Amino acid sequence: MNKEQTIKELKNIVKPYIQNQEAFDALTEDTDFINDLKINSANLVDIILDIEEKYDIVIDNEAMERMVNVKSALEIIETKLSEKNQ
Amino acid sequence: MNNEEIIAQLPYSKPFLFVDEIVHINENGVEGTYTFDENLDFYKGHFKEMPVTPGVILTEVMAQIGLVCLGVFLFDNSFNKTASIALTSTEIEFLKPVFPKEKVTVISEKIYFRFGKLKCKVIMKNAKGEEVCMGTIAGMIV
Repeated sequence: MNKEQTIKELKNIVKPYIQNQEAFDALTEDTDFINDLKINSANLVDIILDIEEKYDIVIDNEAMERMVNVKSALEIIETKLSEKNQ
Repeated sequence: MNNEEIIAQLPYSKPFLFVDEIVHINENGVEGTYTFDENLDFYKGHFKEMPVTPGVILTEVMAQIGLVCLGVFLFDNSFNKTASIALTSTEIEFLKPVFPKEKVTVISEKIYFRFGKLKCKVIMKNAKGEEVCMGTIAGMIV
């Protein structure tokens, strides 16, 4: 998985739901979805479903709860993709 | 849980209970009806001398039947008095007015139910079968 590419894809997925454009423009791995991008928790569910569709993976409750920032999202996508390709 | 039991579980009462009957319900959707009582308080002011059901009330009817009834059904027995529900988003188009004493039917189709969030495509029809409003509504258990 190419991290730069995945971050770019992730930015496209979260873009419709962000409330803080500045934090979005300056997005890094440490960017927090709720605290920095001001995404509300209900829309976080839509983001997770969009991620599932984009990467053809299934995100469970436990992974959902961990997915608070860009870094954890990347880790979860990578883990689920590698599980799928085993 | 039968249809009457679902209505009994709803966290609303008069004058803000907007469900009369659940026609049918399953894990993919629900259909229910409500008849607007002409004595409802908001008709006195919306509008002056010309009562028309406010769009926010039509939205509420769609949410109570289409989302909350279905949510109670989907949560089954895990839905109880300590559970608190919240409307999270609505996107509705209003096509026709609804007047006092009209009976409306709400038809809701589940888009998804994941991580405690329920999102549905909801249509309201009048007694003639004409669509009066339609859109998507989402809510969560919080």
